[in-house]
Amino acid sequence: MSVVTLEAPAKEKELLISGCAAIAQALRLASIDVVTAYPIRPYDTVMQAVAKLIANGELDAEYIVASSEHDQFEIVKHASAVGARTFCGSSGVGWMYAMEALAVTPALRLPLLALVGNRALDDPGAFGCEHNDALAVRDLGWMLTWVDTAQEALDTALICYRVAEDPRIFLPCAIGADGAFLTHSEALVKVPSQEQVDRFLPKYDRGDKQLHPDNPITVAPQANEDWVMEIRKQNDEAMRRAHDVIQEAYRDYHRIFGRRGENPFVETYMTEDADIILFGQGTLSLPVKVGVRKLREQGHKVGFVRLKWLRPFPTLEVQEALAGAKAVGVIDRDYSFGAPNHGAVLYTELRSALFDLAQRPAVVSFICGLGGREVTLDSVTEMSEVLLKVARTGRVDQPNYWIGVRG
Amino acid sequence: MTGSIEVVYRGIFQKHLGQRITRGIVLAARQEGKVGISFGRYGDSPERNGIPAKSFAVVADSEEELQAHLARYEPTDNDVTVAVDDTLCKGVESWAWYGLQPINKLTRDGGTVLVTSMQSPEALLRDCHRKGAAWNLAIVKGLASFSGLWVYKDDHTDVRVLGAIARLAPKVVGLQAVKAAIRAEWGDESKVASAQLGHDRVESRPVGPDDGNAERPYEFKLLKWQEMREGLVIPGIPVRQEVEGWDGGYRPGRNPTFKKFSTRTMRPVVDFETCTKCTVCWLQCPDSCFDVTPTGHYDANMEACCGCGVCEAVCPVTNCITMVNEQAFADNGSQFEAHQKDPAKYKAWLLEKIQDKATTHRSHGFRYRGQYEDELADSGVEETAKSGD
Repeated sequence: MSVVTLEAPAKEKELLISGCAAIAQALRLASIDVVTAYPIRPYDTVMQAVAKLIANGELDAEYIVASSEHDQFEIVKHASAVGARTFCGSSGVGWMYAMEALAVTPALRLPLLALVGNRALDDPGAFGCEHNDALAVRDLGWMLTWVDTAQEALDTALICYRVAEDPRIFLPCAIGADGAFLTHSEALVKVPSQEQVDRFLPKYDRGDKQLHPDNPITVAPQANEDWVMEIRKQNDEAMRRAHDVIQEAYRDYHRIFGRRGENPFVETYMTEDADIILFGQGTLSLPVKVGVRKLREQGHKVGFVRLKWLRPFPTLEVQEALAGAKAVGVIDRDYSFGAPNHGAVLYTELRSALFDLAQRPAVVSFICGLGGREVTLDSVTEMSEVLLKVARTGRVDQPNYWIGVRG
Repeated sequence: MTGSIEVVYRGIFQKHLGQRITRGIVLAARQEGKVGISFGRYGDSPERNGIPAKSFAVVADSEEELQAHLARYEPTDNDVTVAVDDTLCKGVESWAWYGLQPINKLTRDGGTVLVTSMQSPEALLRDCHRKGAAWNLAIVKGLASFSGLWVYKDDHTDVRVLGAIARLAPKVVGLQAVKAAIRAEWGDESKVASAQLGHDRVESRPVGPDDGNAERPYEFKLLKWQEMREGLVIPGIPVRQEVEGWDGGYRPGRNPTFKKFSTRTMRPVVDFETCTKCTVCWLQCPDSCFDVTPTGHYDANMEACCGCGVCEAVCPVTNCITMVNEQAFADNGSQFEAHQKDPAKYKAWLLEKIQDKATTHRSHGFRYRGQYEDELADSGVEETAKSGD
C-alpha cells in the first residue's frame, strides 16, 4: 500500500498593506536586481515601499534615483539587457514623458515590469484615476493588465515576471493600478513564502540576447525597409504566444499558491444567465458588483465582466463571456475623443472583438469615473437602466453616455 | 508611355549634380506636355562622402500612367542609367542596398548605361558586370564632376548629360524640350549650347548579354523573420581574425555584410620598401582597413578601404602611400601579397601606378588650389562653352 503525502501548504503571512506595498512585497519575493525611481503620485508609494525594504535589509537591489521618467526607463532597459530583473513605474504625464523609452523597449524584447499608478493626464493638473496614461502603450508591444485589489496586484506582479521573462515572450509588461483606490488603500493581503515563489518563478535568463563580454552582440542596429516588417512580425508572434504562456503561468500560480483557479483573462460575475452585462477594468469592478447584486435583488438579470488583460486581448474569452447577453455596456475610465460613436478605448476594442459573432449583443458606451471621480451605485443603476431598455427594445438609440458628469 | 532615368552619383560630392539631371528630365518632359517626378533614393540619406547614391526621374504621358511608378523607392527598368563617375561602373553598395549592385542592374534590357568618362568603352566594360541581356554603353567625355552638396561647380556636366539622354532616349525626352527647359530653368544660352554638344558627341555602342565583368557581384540574402535573431540582436564581429595563407599577422574585425568599398574612387598604393612601420596609417584609418602583416607592415584591404586618403595624408614618408584613381585597378587583390611574391615586379607595378598623371589626380580632396582646372586643361576634353563667356 502506497502512501500519498500531500504537500503541506507553505507558510503565507497576512499583512495590511496598500496596493503599492503589495507590489513591493512581490518585488522582494522576486528578488529584483535593479529598481529606478522618480517621484510622481500615485505610483511613488511603491518607490517608497521598495526603498524601505532595501533599507531594512529585506531586499538587496540597486536603487537608482533617476533624473526623469525617461531616464528611469532607459536605465531599467539597459539593466534588463545585461540580465538584471528590473522594476520601474510611473503615473500620468510622467509615464508619457518616458514614452520614447517605452516605445523602443518591445522591439528589444526586454521583459521590464512597470507599474502604472493610473492618473489623469495633465492638464488640468489632477491626481485622480484615468486609464489613458497606461493605454498610451496599447499598440506598442507592451503587455497590459489591470488589477482591482491589492492581493491581485501582488499575485499579478509575480505572474507578470514569469510571463515577460519567458523566452517565448520577452516582452515588457505594465500593470495598471487605479490611483488612490488601489495604490493608496491598505487591505489585507496574503503574502506568499519565498519557497513558493522560488518554485513558481525561475531566474531571468536572457540567453543569447544578453549583453555580456562573453556574448558579443550588437543590439538595435539601424535598419531600413528591408528589415522592419520582419522585426514587427517577431513582436506580433511573441504577443500571440503570450496568451498561452499567461494561461500556463496562472495555472502554476494557482497550484503552487493554492489560489482558486479563476480565468486569467476575464473575471465573470453573475453572467451565466445575464441579459445585460457591464464590462470594464480596474477598481470600478467593486461598486459595479455591488450594484449588480442590488439589481439582481430587484429581479434584473444583470452581470459584470472585468477585463484583466488588455494586451494580449483575450478575444475568445471575451466573446464567450458576452455572447449570451442581449446588451453590453462598456464602462471606460478613459477617453478617445472623436472615436467611433464618441465612445472610448475599451468600447472600440470590445465592439471589434464581438464583430465576428454570428449573434452579437448590442453595445453601449459609458464614459464614467474620469479624473478619479467615484463610480457610484447610482452610476451603476443608471447604466443598467439604459442597458435594460436596449435589451427590451433591441435598439441602441444613443450609443454613448457620460455617466456622473454634471450638466 | 512612361520612361525613367536613373542617375548614380557619389554621395555628397555630386548630390546637386544628380538632382539637377533628374529635375532637368522632368522639367524638359513637361515642355512636351508630359508629367513626371524626380526623387532621390530615400535609403541613401543621410549621404556620406563618396557613397554611391541615386536620383531618379520618371515621366509619363498622363497622371494615371505615372501612378504605377509613385510611392516606390526605385524604378527597376530604367531607359537610361547615368553614372556621373566612371568608377561607379565597378558596382554600387549603399545604405539602401545589401550586396554589390551592378551598375546596369536597374537598366532595362536594351537600355543604356551612360557614363561620364575619359576611359574607353573597353576599359569600362572590364568593370561593368555582365547583364545577361543586351544593353548599350554610352560615353559623354569628361572627368567626374564635383557638383556637390557644399559647392556647385557649374561645369555643364548636368546639361551635357541631359543633351545626351535626349539623343539616347528621345521618347523619354527630346532635345528641343531639353533646350527649352534649360532656358526656362537657368536662362543661360551657354548651357543650351552645352546640351547640344552633349547630344551631338555622345557615343554609344551595343553590349552583348555576356560581355563585361564576369565576377559574380557580392550578394547578401535577406532573412525571413523566423531566421532572424529576436530582440534586434545581431552577432558581434570578432575583434580580429587570422588571414588565410599568412603565417602571423591579423585582420581587424569588419562587418562582413556591408563592405563599403564601392564608396572608393581612389585607393592607397603602398611602398612596403620605404615603409618604416610607424603605425600611423593603421591607427588613423577611420575604417580599420589595414591588415597587419606577418612582417609588421600594414596592408590596405581593398574590401574595406573607402578611399578617404587619410593614410596618404598622415604618412610621414614621401611617396610611401600614394592615392591612385580606382580606374587604374581591375581587382581588390592584396598589395602585400603581390609584394611578397615578387618584390621587383611589385616595385615596377607601383611606380607605374603612382607616376601615371592620368590616374593620380585626386577624385576628392585636392592637393592644391586650382588642381581641378589644371586636370581639366590636361584632360583633352574640348572646352565647352562656359557661363559668363
